[in-house]
Amino acid sequence: MIVIIDYQAGNLTSVVRSLKALGVEGTVTQDPAVVAQATRVIFPGVGAAGKAMATLRELGLDQALRQSFQRGIPILGICLGAQIILEHSEENDAACLGLLPGRTLALPRAQGLKIPHMGWNRVRFLSEHQIFKGLPEGAEYYFVHSYYPAPAQTTMVLGVTNHGIEFPSAIGWRNLVATQFHPEKSGRFGLQILENFLVWDGSYAE
Amino acid sequence: MLSKRIIPCLDVRDGRTTKGIKFRNNVDIGDPVAMARLYYEAGADELVFYDITASSDRRNIMIDVVRRVAAEILIPFSVGGGIRNLNDMRDVLLAGAEKVSVNSAAILDPGLITAGAQAFGSQCIVLGMDVKRVTPSLTTPSGYEMVIHGGRTPMGIDALWWAQEAVRLGAGEICLNSIDADGTQAGYELTLTRMISEAVPIPVIASGGAGVPEHLQEVLTQGRADAALIASMVHYGAYTIKGIKDYLAQRHIPVRLIW
Repeated sequence: MIVIIDYQAGNLTSVVRSLKALGVEGTVTQDPAVVAQATRVIFPGVGAAGKAMATLRELGLDQALRQSFQRGIPILGICLGAQIILEHSEENDAACLGLLPGRTLALPRAQGLKIPHMGWNRVRFLSEHQIFKGLPEGAEYYFVHSYYPAPAQTTMVLGVTNHGIEFPSAIGWRNLVATQFHPEKSGRFGLQILENFLVWDGSYAE
Repeated sequence: MLSKRIIPCLDVRDGRTTKGIKFRNNVDIGDPVAMARLYYEAGADELVFYDITASSDRRNIMIDVVRRVAAEILIPFSVGGGIRNLNDMRDVLLAGAEKVSVNSAAILDPGLITAGAQAFGSQCIVLGMDVKRVTPSLTTPSGYEMVIHGGRTPMGIDALWWAQEAVRLGAGEICLNSIDADGTQAGYELTLTRMISEAVPIPVIASGGAGVPEHLQEVLTQGRADAALIASMVHYGAYTIKGIKDYLAQRHIPVRLIW
C-alpha cells in the first residue's frame, strides 16, 4: 500500500493524480495506524514548518513517520516534506522530525532576487541514486519555496540547484529521499522520478 | 538558474474557451480542457484560467473544468475570476489548481489576501492587478491607477502602493495586467512592469500586449518580469510556445527548453 500522508499542509490532489497517471492508487491518510501498514510512503506538503509540525504531532503522524523510516520502507518527501524531515527549521524556529541530521534555512534575500523561488529550474545531481535515473541533461523541475533543506552531511545532498546560492534540492539517506521541487508538477520528468520511486527498494549505497 | 516562465492564458465562459483557435488534429477547439492538454504538451510552463462566466451556477461549471484540467496536465495552473472568499479559493484548490488569483475582491476586501495566505500559503495567492496609466496625482503618485470590474471602475488607488501593500498582506505572486496595452498586440507596458517588479520581492507575471516574441524579450529583460502571459499570439496559431522559447533562448534568456 502506497500511503500519502495528509497533515493538512496543502493540496494532495496532484500527487494522487500523478500516481494515477502511472496506474497506481495512492491511499491518502491522516491515520498513524494506516501509515503503519504502508509499504511505501509519500510525504508531500506546502505551508509553514511550525504549523505543519504541530499538526503532525497532534495526529500522531510524527511517530508514524519515524517508525516508517526505522522499518526501512521507501519514503519520498516533497517540498515542505523535504524540509521538516531535518532536525530544525528556521521557519517559525520549529523543532522538526530529525529523521536526517541538519537544518532548514531561509533562502538568502538579495537585490533583484525573487523570493519565493517560484518556477522551473535545473538540478545538478551529485549521486547515482536510483530514483533520479533516466532524467535527461537540461531537464527542469517546478519549485515554489522560500526555505531549503541543509543536511549536516554532504553525502546526504543528492542534487543542487541555483537561486542566488547553490542549495540542496534533492537530499536522501538510507530509505529516505526528498526533493525540494515538486515531481508531481514537473511534467514527464517529474513523473519519471515518481515512477522510479515506485520501484525503488529503499536501499542506497553512499 | 530560474527559467522565465511562458504562461498561456485561457478565458473561459460557461465552460468554453472564448477565443477562436486554429489548432489542427481535430481537437475540440473551444474546450479549455483539450486546450490545456495541447499547451501542456507544447511546452507551457504554467497555465492561467480566467472564469468570465456570467451565469449564476458558474462555480460548478468552472470547478468541473478545473477538475478535468488537473487530470490532464502535470504542470501548475491558476484560476482567477470571481474568487470572492475563502470557500471559492478552497473549491478551486481542492479541484486541483495550484494557485488562485484575486483581483477586484482583494481591493474591496484586502483581508482576503491575508486570510487566503494563512489558510493555503502565500504561494497559492496570486494578486491580479488591472492597471491604467493616469496623470500622477496625490492619490496616484506613480501615475498608475488600480481599476476593477474588468476595467470599468477606477478606484483612485495607486498601483505601486497596492502592489507593495499586497506583499505585506501575504500575496505570493503578482499578475500585472496593463489595461492600456491589453489586446493591442503592440507590446507589454514596460515602464509599469519594471516599476512594480523592482518594488516587490515576489515574482511578477507581465500581462497584456504581447504580439510578437520580441515583446516577451523586452518585458523579461527591460521590464524585469519573471514570467510572461500570452494569449492571442498562440491562440490564433501565429506562434508556438517552442518558437517563442527558441527565440528567447537565442537571446540568452533562460527558458525551459525540454519537456
